[in-house]
Amino acid sequence: MTMPAQTNWTVETRTRTSTIFLGLAAVLVVVLALAPFYASRSLIQDLFFILTMLVLAQGWNLLAGYAGLVSVGQQAFVGIGAYAMFGGVILLDLDPLVSIALGGIAAALLAIPTAFFTFRLQGAYFAIGTWVVAEIVRLTVAQWKALGGGTGTSLPRSATREMFGLEFLKDTFGFKTSAATDVITFWLALVLAVVTVGVVYRLLRSRQGLGLAAVRDNQNAARSVGVDAQRIKTIVYLSTAFITGLAGALIYVQKARISPDAAFSVLDWTAYVIFIVVIGGIGTIEGPIIGVLVFFALQNSLSGYGSWYLLVLGLLGIVIMLFAPRGLWGLFTDRTGIELFPIRRRLSGDPNEKSGG
Amino acid sequence: MALLQTENLTAHYGDFQALFGVDIRLEEGETVAIIGANGAGKTTLMRSISGVLRNQPEAIVFDKDRIGSTHAADIVKKGIAMVPEGRKLFPSLSVEENLLIGAYGRKTDGPWNLESIYSMFPVLKERRTNAGTALSGGQQQMVAIGRALMSNPRVLLCDEISLGLAPVIIKDIYAALPKIKETGTSIVVVEQDIGQALKVADRVYCMMEGRITLEGSPSDLSRDAIHNAYFGASA
Amino acid sequence: MIWIDTIVQGVLLGGLYALFAAGLSLVFGIMRLVNLAHGDLIVMAAYLILVLVTLLGIDPFLAALIAAPFLFGVGWLLQMHVLNRTLGPDILPPLLVTFGLSIVIQNALLEGFSADSKRLSVGQLETASLALGPVNVGVMPLLTFISAIVVIVALNRLFYSTSLGRAFRATSDDAVTASLMGVRPQNIFATATGIAMVVVTIAALYLGTRANFDPTIGPARLIYAFEAVIIGGLGSLWGTLAGGIIIGVAQTLGAAINPEWQILAGHVAFVVVLLLRPRGLFPRAVD
Repeated sequence: MTMPAQTNWTVETRTRTSTIFLGLAAVLVVVLALAPFYASRSLIQDLFFILTMLVLAQGWNLLAGYAGLVSVGQQAFVGIGAYAMFGGVILLDLDPLVSIALGGIAAALLAIPTAFFTFRLQGAYFAIGTWVVAEIVRLTVAQWKALGGGTGTSLPRSATREMFGLEFLKDTFGFKTSAATDVITFWLALVLAVVTVGVVYRLLRSRQGLGLAAVRDNQNAARSVGVDAQRIKTIVYLSTAFITGLAGALIYVQKARISPDAAFSVLDWTAYVIFIVVIGGIGTIEGPIIGVLVFFALQNSLSGYGSWYLLVLGLLGIVIMLFAPRGLWGLFTDRTGIELFPIRRRLSGDPNEKSGG
Repeated sequence: MALLQTENLTAHYGDFQALFGVDIRLEEGETVAIIGANGAGKTTLMRSISGVLRNQPEAIVFDKDRIGSTHAADIVKKGIAMVPEGRKLFPSLSVEENLLIGAYGRKTDGPWNLESIYSMFPVLKERRTNAGTALSGGQQQMVAIGRALMSNPRVLLCDEISLGLAPVIIKDIYAALPKIKETGTSIVVVEQDIGQALKVADRVYCMMEGRITLEGSPSDLSRDAIHNAYFGASA
Repeated sequence: MIWIDTIVQGVLLGGLYALFAAGLSLVFGIMRLVNLAHGDLIVMAAYLILVLVTLLGIDPFLAALIAAPFLFGVGWLLQMHVLNRTLGPDILPPLLVTFGLSIVIQNALLEGFSADSKRLSVGQLETASLALGPVNVGVMPLLTFISAIVVIVALNRLFYSTSLGRAFRATSDDAVTASLMGVRPQNIFATATGIAMVVVTIAALYLGTRANFDPTIGPARLIYAFEAVIIGGLGSLWGTLAGGIIIGVAQTLGAAINPEWQILAGHVAFVVVLLLRPRGLFPRAVD
């Protein structure tokens, strides 16, 4: 007996490739987590760099690629996060690891007045506004004599040497103090990167994520169906600031030396990050991952050529923006249809498929 | 050979096909009306001829010149000017500046200049320093027609010049067309208002769903024939 | 008395910032293009003037005169072949492409001229000053300010009383309808950027004669320029001058209180003005 063909449409965001990929990703994370036990110290430092840049890139991508907030002032949050961490260690005598949380909180707090100001500016003016704010914060922090003013300062050795977990690592696995610091910061960077990617992925698949896409496509239409654009944008801006602040603090626990010019560098914390996202593919989660790997490879192979390196990076960014605006990952997806972090909703179900009858 | 002719003209907006092999012609000195309901493809046809939408080069022939893929700016210079749907005055320009920019691409002198346009539409002279967008709808339409004439075109394309205007104003605007024709300018009038179109036209095309459904002189066409061509044959 | 002097110096400094900003304002007004490489283009022009001065042994003013038509061509080509491709409803492409361009120019200059700071010498003019009532003003700052006013008057005349200016405004309003008038929007945009580059040449002349420059100072100048444009209001050139003066006066006042506060005071003034007037001081009726 046959039932009338009944269509069982379901809305799906997952694909078979992405499910397989999630499994592989889990294995990759475990392999990475164990890296300190088989990899050299310099590789651990490289991985730390890649992971922290990935966190910054995911943050900027969320802002610019999904929320349409093209910020060129993310260095404000890296810098304030790093300085808050230094403040916590030097002025409040906190453990550096506890102080990293302080960095995230400080960045999120800074983001509140910043959003109040910059959200009044539209489009490109928003970009300039964020940059001016970052300059104001840099110049103000340079007046903070207790943290070294314009020349900066270092983390006290005692603080890093007594850092939480250090003794345990040294005793259990026989790491040297300096290596153990790298291992702890590396693990934190790994956790931060995985959590960031996970949070961004979940956000984009959630109702808010759908709202975000609606806002990006058409702000007025989104408002008319009850999506509060301003609220979603504010949430995205504040959470990105928090993550960026945590990354900034973590980066400077590892660097252990800070100055306003370095911590608020538009080149290091915004320009590089923008190139990573653009080269990899803006508006995708995979893009920044590809981008950071390409960026690292370029930096390693061209760093001996001084300014030629940045020249090539700039040209590459321009060419990709002009001819492949969806980046390397976009090119790849167009050819293969593969998405590792699918966030588009697709209808699945086949009218000819038997539905239980 | 006709002054202006389309040959098997097609047009697409993405996946949507708006014109299916349209053939029309316009003789020197002639006024042709193209009528049809909303969405029949009239404006698309005008946008194709004026170069806003580009096409195959041979799809449009003007004075033995294949202009189907020519840039809009060069088409004006060749002698086809358009009064666009919705008038489209430049808000940053005064009335007089709106007229003057019509002569931007002008190569040859002719009957039309500020003076002759002001004498055809005296009200524009009074309001020459106003912003174009501060004028009433009818006055804005006068500016749009004057602006197109400033290039001294051989062909004037008028896209829905009665749209949104009161009947008395429409009469005023249409009174200008015979004066324009007297100077030797050939005219294409696109209209939903059949009555106005038939009064001024030497020949009429009727369009429906991207195709020409009827052609003839206004006196030859019966009401029923137009009705069928316009709305589709009623069952 | 010292306050009057400070304010006068600030106003004159504002003239320099208005020169930095005028080209930016022009380009933004016509095609809504935000050029993040504008500061680096000024620095690049300063190096070109320096090269001409060194090679030909001529005066910087004369060198700028020679550089201007060349840089017009550079601007025209840049707009025609690169920036025109980025124009559209999405603001990301122009921002990112000009950002990339900024990095490229800085590093090309570093490669070509090293990081050493340079200066254009105008001899005795550098130190010459004259008494204007109670205050002494330097001849160069005064000349800068006068140049800014001349540039703004000239651009306004071009904009409001020439056929090209009408085409600029018409294209800015509605590029498609403008093309029905025989205007080629792509050419109009290229011409606008060419003209902006002539203004950039004038800005570079004063940038190079009044202080040291090196390949990396572009972005900082860009920020002052942007602040002047935004404070002034979209597309208003006199507004841009007013904006430049506000930033300049805020900087000299800040510096008078504490030399370390000079730059900070300018940025704070920018934020305060925008909090009070989000669309700037003289916004155009039509955006």
